Amino acid sequence: MRDLPLADARAHSASPIRQVMTELDSQKQAALAAIAGATSLEALEEQRLAALGKKGWVSLALKTLGQMSPDERSAAAPAIQAARTEIAEAIEAKKAALEAAELEAQLVRETIDLTLPAPAAPRGSVHPVSQVMDELAEIFADLGFAVATGPEIEDDWHNFTALNMDETHPARAMHDTFYFPDRTPEGREILLRTHTSPVQIRSMIAQSAPIRIIAPGRVYRSDSDATHTPMFHQVEGLVVDRDIHLGHLKWTLETFFKAFFEREDITLRLRPSYFPFTEPSVEVDVGYSVEGNRRVVGGHGDAPGHAWMELGGSGMVNPRVLEFAGLDPKEWQGFAFGLGIDRIAMLKYGMNDLRAFFDGDPRWLRHYGFSPFDQPTLSAGVGARA
Amino acid sequence: MKFSLTWLRDYLDTDASVAEICDALNAIGLEVEGVEDPAEKLAGFRVAHVLTAARHPDADKLQVLTVDTGEGDPLQVVCGAPNARAGMKGVLGLPGATVPANGMVLRKSAIRGVESNGMMCSVRELELGEDHDGIIELPDDAPVGTDFASYHGASPVIEVAVTPNRPDCMGVYGIARDLAAKGLGTLKAIAMPGFSAAGACPVEIRTDDPEGCPAFYGRVVTGVKNGPSPDWLQARLKSAGQRPISLLVDLTNYLMLGFGRPAHVYDLAKLQGAVVARRAKEGEQVLALNEKTYTLDSDMVVIADDVQVHDIAGIMGGEDSGVSETTTDVLLEIAYFDPARIGATGRKLGLASDARTRFERGVDPEFLDEGLDLLTGLIVELAGGQPSEVVRAGSPPADAKVIVFDPGLTLRLGGVEVPEAEQKRILESLGFAVGGDWQVTCPLRRHDLEGPADLVEEVVRIHGLDKVASVALPRIEGVARPTATAQQMLERSLRRAAAASGLNEAVIWSFLPERAADHFASDGEDLWVLANPISEDLKAMRPSLLPGLLMAAKRNADRGADATRLFEIGRRYFRGGNGLSDERPTLGIVLAGERAERNWQSGKAKAFDAFDAKALALDLLQVAGAPVANLMVMGEAGPQFHPGQSATLRLGPKVVLARFGMVHPATLKAFDMDAPVAAVELFIDAIPAKKNAAFARPGFTPPALQTVTRDFAFLVPQALAAGDLVRAVQGADKASIVAARVFDVFAGQGVPEGRKSIAIEVTLQPGEKSFTESDLKAIADSVVAAAAKLGAELRG
Repeated sequence: MRDLPLADARAHSASPIRQVMTELDSQKQAALAAIAGATSLEALEEQRLAALGKKGWVSLALKTLGQMSPDERSAAAPAIQAARTEIAEAIEAKKAALEAAELEAQLVRETIDLTLPAPAAPRGSVHPVSQVMDELAEIFADLGFAVATGPEIEDDWHNFTALNMDETHPARAMHDTFYFPDRTPEGREILLRTHTSPVQIRSMIAQSAPIRIIAPGRVYRSDSDATHTPMFHQVEGLVVDRDIHLGHLKWTLETFFKAFFEREDITLRLRPSYFPFTEPSVEVDVGYSVEGNRRVVGGHGDAPGHAWMELGGSGMVNPRVLEFAGLDPKEWQGFAFGLGIDRIAMLKYGMNDLRAFFDGDPRWLRHYGFSPFDQPTLSAGVGARA
Repeated sequence: MKFSLTWLRDYLDTDASVAEICDALNAIGLEVEGVEDPAEKLAGFRVAHVLTAARHPDADKLQVLTVDTGEGDPLQVVCGAPNARAGMKGVLGLPGATVPANGMVLRKSAIRGVESNGMMCSVRELELGEDHDGIIELPDDAPVGTDFASYHGASPVIEVAVTPNRPDCMGVYGIARDLAAKGLGTLKAIAMPGFSAAGACPVEIRTDDPEGCPAFYGRVVTGVKNGPSPDWLQARLKSAGQRPISLLVDLTNYLMLGFGRPAHVYDLAKLQGAVVARRAKEGEQVLALNEKTYTLDSDMVVIADDVQVHDIAGIMGGEDSGVSETTTDVLLEIAYFDPARIGATGRKLGLASDARTRFERGVDPEFLDEGLDLLTGLIVELAGGQPSEVVRAGSPPADAKVIVFDPGLTLRLGGVEVPEAEQKRILESLGFAVGGDWQVTCPLRRHDLEGPADLVEEVVRIHGLDKVASVALPRIEGVARPTATAQQMLERSLRRAAAASGLNEAVIWSFLPERAADHFASDGEDLWVLANPISEDLKAMRPSLLPGLLMAAKRNADRGADATRLFEIGRRYFRGGNGLSDERPTLGIVLAGERAERNWQSGKAKAFDAFDAKALALDLLQVAGAPVANLMVMGEAGPQFHPGQSATLRLGPKVVLARFGMVHPATLKAFDMDAPVAAVELFIDAIPAKKNAAFARPGFTPPALQTVTRDFAFLVPQALAAGDLVRAVQGADKASIVAARVFDVFAGQGVPEGRKSIAIEVTLQPGEKSFTESDLKAIADSVVAAAAKLGAELRG
């Protein structure tokens, strides 16, 4: 039926080609209108088939060209081709529009409420004591100190005797020592180490000299009140070499505290003191001020608004200790120091209750603890800011 | 050690201020622990003269006084003291002054309608004593208008911490000597009293234990009168924190505090026969001055007469021969005891005293005669009486230590250059004798000196530690080596990995209640249990990290926490073969409460399960570099774990790297917990150390061909462990099978009773050429055959 109009046109029209063209134009207009009105990809496909399919009217019109005279053909062909292109483009455009609308509708359907909570990954943390131990290791590594360890269940020879505190030494009684009922095969008393200093002895015996070590770890004293816990943490430092003197000790402690607190204005005051294992013995004070209700390390302790706070003990290793550790004091000399890790952690990071360190309350651990990615490094700074 | 500035000035001629003295004390190693200035407390109180006293118009017990304060018009003061009267002199607190006893700030006020411009004070109100019966009455010559603080002679009190090596500074004179060496003034010579002794000592004195008591000197004073000490003496003792008792006792304390020299006074009437220093008999008892009875043993030295023990030598006198108000004749004892023995006795008896503190640190062996004379002189002066001659038994140590010193050592060890002349001056001012060849003779009172390093300390502390300049530690030459050991690096990695997995690191006590430790001890394991724990809760060293973490989890649950994810890296404490401790680094994890809260996506809250524990154990072992793919999942996690929901991860059948799973309900009950808890324990010491490999990795050659997967569903006996099936499948064709993974486990409908279905995805890696159909069939056949050996049949 679709080929009839053209045939009619040729049979009946005075100017048959003109009639063909008119017919073509009206078919095209009808097709374009139908395309524009298509509401789905299926309907659009129907229109494509009706026009451009094998039996579509455009295809049929093209077939009639063969029966035309050359003149007619040269007039009709471009028009038919143009109609085909116009319809194809209209279909493509409509198709894109329909697809875009479909996608738009799909996206609307897929909309979700993102104010709803997402599954939360639990936040882990590193304990301040561990963090500060890592900081210590980092700072002292730069000065060439290795990290040494030793047993916490010690014997009294390493904990006292070799540190120049024999059985009758009054300082032994001041250590509030936890004892076990057991004895070593040599008959030595067994106890919980009261300080990290026995690691000095063990390290010197094991490695000889020269030596540069720090020894952080747990220590124990039979003491419990608001500011003392029966277990706490210390770090021991030891340098033994041929010509190490008190000036090196002072520099080392200054360098450490400046690096640890990341402040240039750290001022240390050394005071003579007494420890059986050092001679001379030196107490180390640091200047601080109070901001709010918090002690802030820095400045000169005698400056207005400042005071001194004890940070730890130190001194030149007592020659007798060197002898106990198998080193010849005529050949070797050095210094040692001991600091409270919990205490310097509190000073740096603002905790005020030592007992909370050992409670295992996740709220406290998250509050004062550190991200696993706050690994102290020299390049990134050893301190982790809040 | 506390002392007043006045007391110090008895021995040290100085113009230094309190602040200068304190700075010097700190600088030389006598740490100032506090300064109390009574003048500050007494600010605003003045010596005043009561001019008139009249009855208060509206109160029977009150009087209205007019008081001359030394300046301006007399003030009207209302006073309720019965002894207030015209003409007396007393202490007036002016408006603005704070009453020391109660902190009340005085104000001008009206008392029952009469204006009062201050307060006449009692002894108690000014914290000068207990008397509160009336107001203070001052002598007629008290200068009106003077600050009461200066009239009263209130002197600042300095408290110093004396280190145990310096018993010579446990007396004010020793402190004065150190300050003089520092340049704070001139040490005065000790003013020896003049008295005339008459007659031999009527009491026989002996030392039968020359080792424990090398020297025992004594003297009798007859006809003394005991009673309260004079005010100045009481004030001195109080300033030093010592309670006045009676004149004779106070004088021994005065000697002790002034010169660091304890002595003892016996009531002669209560002694019978010879007075002897000897060892106590085993089980011998003495009632000490603290009214407690002590049972002694033969290691202890006592002073005894023919009848009984009268003194725990060097520590505390006996009640039975103590002086009293009625004492008239006394025996004075001044002795030298072996310091070590005094310390041991004191520790054994649990008895502390000021005398023990000094004797066990070592008193001055050269100060027996002087000490005795000083005490005698004071007694004669203040209590009267006639002293006998001194009787001396034994002799104190007299061998002075001589140290060959090299003054250059001060620079080499102390890091500061001190001219030799100054070094000599310092040592001599401290009582050392310096020979021309630097042979330095130490004073006998210094028991702490061992060698040249001690002399460096003396020189440097007096010269000034602040003069020691910082000197950079020389850098170590060569390539920097890692300063952490492999073990330390392992712990660091594990710590940060565990935290990155959402766990909070805890630090828990190393000791546990014995019951909790026992619960986690292996059969027959001998725990380390403290002999003197601080409490029963902190008694046994932990054999596992889990009990401490469980107790923390319980505390958190009690605080209302929904979830607790804790880990700790620390030691477990065992006994090594040699009787010493064997401390093994360990990582413990406890997961308690909700893994996920109830939520809008998946509904109900989800508890932790054994697979959460397994996942953490494997992840962390992976971080630790353990060959995770080769680990065997085996049983025997321990009786603390749920037997059906726990396992160990082993490298070979014997090496246990970790245990994990659900905690046994009985364990939870023992720890007073109810909700299920998952736990992991990683035995860090068992993890094989990483090989010391080179930095460069082997070359990377990715397989040319893609992998192929094939799925197999097997029906297996219910009891067959999936892991066994997977291992069998994986081993069926080791050349081709690179992975086998369970992706479905099912039992129930469609699966015969007693069996379950396990579906496994097998990944095959072709080598040079792609698999042919027959290759694949051959592999599938071998997979099925391997599974069949375990009783598995391919599902149709």
